[in-house]
Amino acid sequence: MNMIADIPISLIVLCSGLGLILTGLWGMLTQRNMIRIIVGFSLMDTGIHMVMVSIGYVTGGTAPIINDAVPMAEAASRIVDPVPSALVLTAIVIGLGVTAVMLSFAVRIYKARKTLMIDELTESKW
Amino acid sequence: MIKRIFIFLMLALMAMIFFNLAASYTENSSLSKLGLYYAEKGPQELGAPNLVTAVVVTYRGLDTLGEVTVLFISAAGVGLLLRRTRRKRGDEIPTREALSSDDLERGDRAEETAGVHKPASEIVETATELLLPMVILFGIYVFINGHLSPGGGFQGGAIIASGTMFLLLALPESHISRLMIAITESLSGFSYVVIGVLGVIMAGGFLDNRIMELGNYGELFSAGAIPLIYTFVGLKVGFELSAVLDRFRKEDTGPV
Repeated sequence: MNMIADIPISLIVLCSGLGLILTGLWGMLTQRNMIRIIVGFSLMDTGIHMVMVSIGYVTGGTAPIINDAVPMAEAASRIVDPVPSALVLTAIVIGLGVTAVMLSFAVRIYKARKTLMIDELTESKW
Repeated sequence: MIKRIFIFLMLALMAMIFFNLAASYTENSSLSKLGLYYAEKGPQELGAPNLVTAVVVTYRGLDTLGEVTVLFISAAGVGLLLRRTRRKRGDEIPTREALSSDDLERGDRAEETAGVHKPASEIVETATELLLPMVILFGIYVFINGHLSPGGGFQGGAIIASGTMFLLLALPESHISRLMIAITESLSGFSYVVIGVLGVIMAGGFLDNRIMELGNYGELFSAGAIPLIYTFVGLKVGFELSAVLDRFRKEDTGPV
């Protein structure tokens, strides 16, 4: 129990993020159903966000909001890095947009071919 | 089979890279140089307590404009891919509602009402009417307080879009005006760029928030133009995501 408590929290987030990236990549490479491939992409995306957030963590840091809880004078020593957080905010929105476009492609392909399995779409295969 | 082995090999190599990364990881004990600058100068320079907001809206404002543009293009792409092809069908029975709406929407309405939707029960309807304004109000609260508390335009917009999702799930027949979405979206996008250009003329550069008084630190109307910018971003994101959700729904309600 004590050994688990000694692991820094950001390392746990980092490892979960890396695990999610691997899971997502495995899903994207092995699954044949388009929806599952998109789910894999989403998992990988989330994993990347978690890795980015964990890299910005500073030991004992709190949210980078300077108010009564974190006075301005102590700010530099008590907050986590705001830059990765801002970057992840951007990345989440972009990931959402990309997922939406992929899903609408899947809908279109299903309407045209009545299938979601990529094995049956042989035109782009070589 | 070879493909399987190849995939396995690749994933194993990736896992090895990741393992080395995690094994040599040490937690930061102090901020990076850039983070330190933002932490020390940010509150005085911009008057925004939430540093993430200060970075997203002002220090990296141009990136956020690009981000909003990417979201707009993806919403437009979804709209293009899932646009409705009007099919001629002789067996459709136009209802009173469909006839009273204007010509442009007639096809949509008629096809929807011709579907086999079971109307929502009174409990669902009343709960929707009660909760939907609260959800939207909460979204507005989140993006107006973006400079003071965790939150901001994107988060508030997402909450508004979740309100739309709620409406579409509870009352699938409800109609969302595409014209209203288009007007609000383009107006807020346009105002965002206008504020950015005003920053060049009246303050230090593109999207500088000091075109307005910084005000008292920590109050709702402070931090210059940040609440204004986040309001526009929130409206734009909220309506764009609502339009995307609406597109996915419309596709589903039409007859096969």
